[in-house]
Amino acid sequence: MPEGTGIGASVRRREDGRFLTGSGTYTDDINRPGQTHAIMVRSPHAHAKIKKIDRAKTLKMPGVLAVYTGEDMKVGGLPCGWLVKNQDGSPMVEPPHPALAQDFVRHVGDIVAVVIAETKQQARDGADALGVDYGVLPAVVDTRAAVKPGAPQVWEQAKGNICYDWGLGDKAAVDAAFAKAHKVAKIDLVNNRLIPNAMEPRAAIGDFDRATGEHTLYTTSQNPHVIRLLMGAFVLSIPEAKLRVVAPDVGGGFGSKIYHYAEEAIVTWAAAQLKKPVKWTAERSESFMSDAHGRDHATHAELALDKDGKFLALKVETLANMGAYLSTFSTCVPTYLYATLLAGVYTTPAIFANVKAVFTNTVPVDAYRGAGRPEATFLLERVVDVAAREMKMDPAEIRRKNFIQPSQFPYQTPVALQYDTGNYGATLDMAMKMADYKGFAARKDASAKKGKLRGIGMACYIEACGIAPSAVVGSLGARAGLYECANVRVHPTGSVSVFTGSHAHGQGHETTFAQVVADKLGIPIEQVDIVHGDTGKIPFGMGTYGSRSIAVGGAALVKALDKIVAKGKKIAAHLMEASEKDVEFKDGKFTVAGTDKSKAFGEVALTAYVPHNYPITELEPGLEEQAFYDPLNFTYPSGCYIAEVEVDKETGSIEIARFVASDDFGKIINPMIVEGQVHGGVAQGLGQALLENCVYDKDGQLLTGSYNDYCMPRADDLPSFEVQHTDKPTPCTHNPLGVKGCGEAGAIGAPAAFMNAVCNALGVAHLDMPATSEKVWRAANAHMARAAE
Amino acid sequence: MPTTVSMTVNGKKVSGSVEPRTLLVQFIRETLGLTGTHVGCDTSQCGTCVVHVDGKSVKSCTMLAVQAEGSDVLTIEGLAKDGKLHPMQEAFREHHGLQCGFCTPGMVMSAVDLVKNNKNPSEHEIRDWLEGNLCRCTGYHNIVKAIAAGAKAMA
Ligand code: FES
Ligand code: FES
Repeated sequence: MPEGTGIGASVRRREDGRFLTGSGTYTDDINRPGQTHAIMVRSPHAHAKIKKIDRAKTLKMPGVLAVYTGEDMKVGGLPCGWLVKNQDGSPMVEPPHPALAQDFVRHVGDIVAVVIAETKQQARDGADALGVDYGVLPAVVDTRAAVKPGAPQVWEQAKGNICYDWGLGDKAAVDAAFAKAHKVAKIDLVNNRLIPNAMEPRAAIGDFDRATGEHTLYTTSQNPHVIRLLMGAFVLSIPEAKLRVVAPDVGGGFGSKIYHYAEEAIVTWAAAQLKKPVKWTAERSESFMSDAHGRDHATHAELALDKDGKFLALKVETLANMGAYLSTFSTCVPTYLYATLLAGVYTTPAIFANVKAVFTNTVPVDAYRGAGRPEATFLLERVVDVAAREMKMDPAEIRRKNFIQPSQFPYQTPVALQYDTGNYGATLDMAMKMADYKGFAARKDASAKKGKLRGIGMACYIEACGIAPSAVVGSLGARAGLYECANVRVHPTGSVSVFTGSHAHGQGHETTFAQVVADKLGIPIEQVDIVHGDTGKIPFGMGTYGSRSIAVGGAALVKALDKIVAKGKKIAAHLMEASEKDVEFKDGKFTVAGTDKSKAFGEVALTAYVPHNYPITELEPGLEEQAFYDPLNFTYPSGCYIAEVEVDKETGSIEIARFVASDDFGKIINPMIVEGQVHGGVAQGLGQALLENCVYDKDGQLLTGSYNDYCMPRADDLPSFEVQHTDKPTPCTHNPLGVKGCGEAGAIGAPAAFMNAVCNALGVAHLDMPATSEKVWRAANAHMARAAE
Repeated sequence: MPTTVSMTVNGKKVSGSVEPRTLLVQFIRETLGLTGTHVGCDTSQCGTCVVHVDGKSVKSCTMLAVQAEGSDVLTIEGLAKDGKLHPMQEAFREHHGLQCGFCTPGMVMSAVDLVKNNKNPSEHEIRDWLEGNLCRCTGYHNIVKAIAAGAKAMA
């Protein structure tokens, strides 16, 4: 591993100093002079007509400044960022999404009114006193129930609660392949609904400057420019020049802080009404019922095989729950981030997926760590295990037989994507070695002697990251471009500020981006400052999600740095009286080939700002460059995860004996940070598989609305992980850093690896997540019963 | 009825006016402006609010400000001495025991208390002790490593 601070070194994080001493600045740590406090009044019903809101009593209470309802806040609706079309070419149903409910509420937690007071407690007391009269309506909650005839309708315009009925792939080819299949492996599964639970609850402060007419929103966001665009242009009609969005330190996101939320618009709007700052911070119970949830698919899939175990075709039918409204990215998650990944790492020649998105009276569902790709990987890697079981083949063998081979790249899948590079056998080999796959049988015997069941399971994942080529996603219905922007400002004394549109909320960009700069400019990392999270400082940005920061934001940074070096060469050529084409730049020095002439980067920077001896007729003074980078393709990280579990038949409890991960992320900037990302992703994946489940009762009450009921993975639920980067990495072929992104991999690969191990231990074809003790106990005891028969 | 509470926080005598229902964490964050102590839940389960009261780790959301009258309180802001990180803070940095940093102050304060009572905790003991601290970013792997290393450094 390289020493120092450049690309490839495990530089310790530069942001840690402030977080370790309690001097980070999260949104709730910010207080504005004259600040007031907002409490959102939320619907206790899943579906109801708002008959009457009586605010008289609340308005008389001490400290209460205002009560606003949907009648007052007549503004635009929260927009959905992606138009998905039905199989017949018609557009999806796109119902309105008001920030404050208009006449109807459609999920528990829908905002009915906002109470603003001088203190938070006064606002809370005022909210408690607000009289809201509801006419309760029947609700529909469950994904499969939503499409049953006679189900309550969430939206009149969405018949049968269908948002869209979308398809991808060649159905005729699939049918033909199934007709001649030797065997068909089938599976029905639920991808359980999750609640993201970033540890920092969402918060927002609206501020309005009477003198300038400028609005400022401080918010817990992964992408402040996107919020400025959506809220400014669609909801509140505020031009960009008059709207600043600041996303300061953000305590985790995992997707849930991408979207434009109602509370952001409400505090920004209310601050302008009251001419006072308005602050709102979610309590955790509010987070449970208002942060966009994740996953929630019900799927039937069939895999056709020939007699050697080669995959012939895959067909998939998925129902995806959208919740009551369409959140910002919701519609693309079960389509373009899901069905496009159904080839996985295999050569399956024909694939057809039909996805129906349905409305229910639940919190909107949107991207959560991995977004669509975990659902695809879980389905595929489970059905492959079912196939292995039926073919009586080893799970590793059947996978290896079907891998896309290194010689086949670039590889066009039957579901739209073209993979640029990969080596799936290499990560499989490495993971099997790390997990001592060969020694499993002996360990299983040892467990059996103790009366325990032991299982091993693997998952070979691929993801499409570095989101995304704008023209491609535009043609598929995206309503935005997905490039990134970087601005590099070299100061007169040679220090550098980078203004990046990527946003860090745990990823460590202040370190990794600075490593890229230190490496490319050959200057000490201490001289580099990374600035993010403020539309008032950063030219533009699309933010951080979809493992895109280093692959897209980092690429934009490299482009801007290249421009700095190009201009620096011109200045240095002038100073050294050489031809520009003879000037080379390396290790922070401009030199003239074949001479001992040399100018340090700092000297060139100073000359740019003190242009006394300067090619002033050809070159402007100053040294600052900006670049936008729009990726040419997605990036395709891949890898193999293996889990080994021991199941206690008596209690149904599962011990994770081992979890190994071998990933191929291409080039790596900071191995320490990359490993940390994998750890976190794996923990979330294991959380989904072992513990987490969002449950509503049939009336739409959220039963898992606190940490008492929603089971988060804790330190004593998880083992230490063995994580290694592949010894045969395949760098991305189309971005300048060769990087692929690593933020989501863990959450994508872990659930299938773990559930494959559990099914293997129990000797069952399938078990739905989470593998709670009760479910496992039932399966374990049925197994014993079968064995006894 | 507001009352006045007085206590020592990070070695300094402080006092302020609070409501009887004001939580210690609110007093620390809102009255004293020490925002390193966080609030991550409303059911006393996340541990982002952990501080030391009279030498013991306490979830400051489970205690009223008036209950801390006369106590000696240590928050994350008081842990580093003379601009030098505490060995536990240093270990978290060295072992990448934090990502977004939101759980970190509570984790570090909890960890310091653990090591006070158990000089050389095993991985199992560390994981057990952290039962009351949630982290969504790190998967705990590096936190556990950091605490083991921090314990050695504190010895
Ligand atoms: S704030 Fe969650 S335990 Fe105190
Ligand atoms: S570092 Fe983000 S919650 Fe622990």
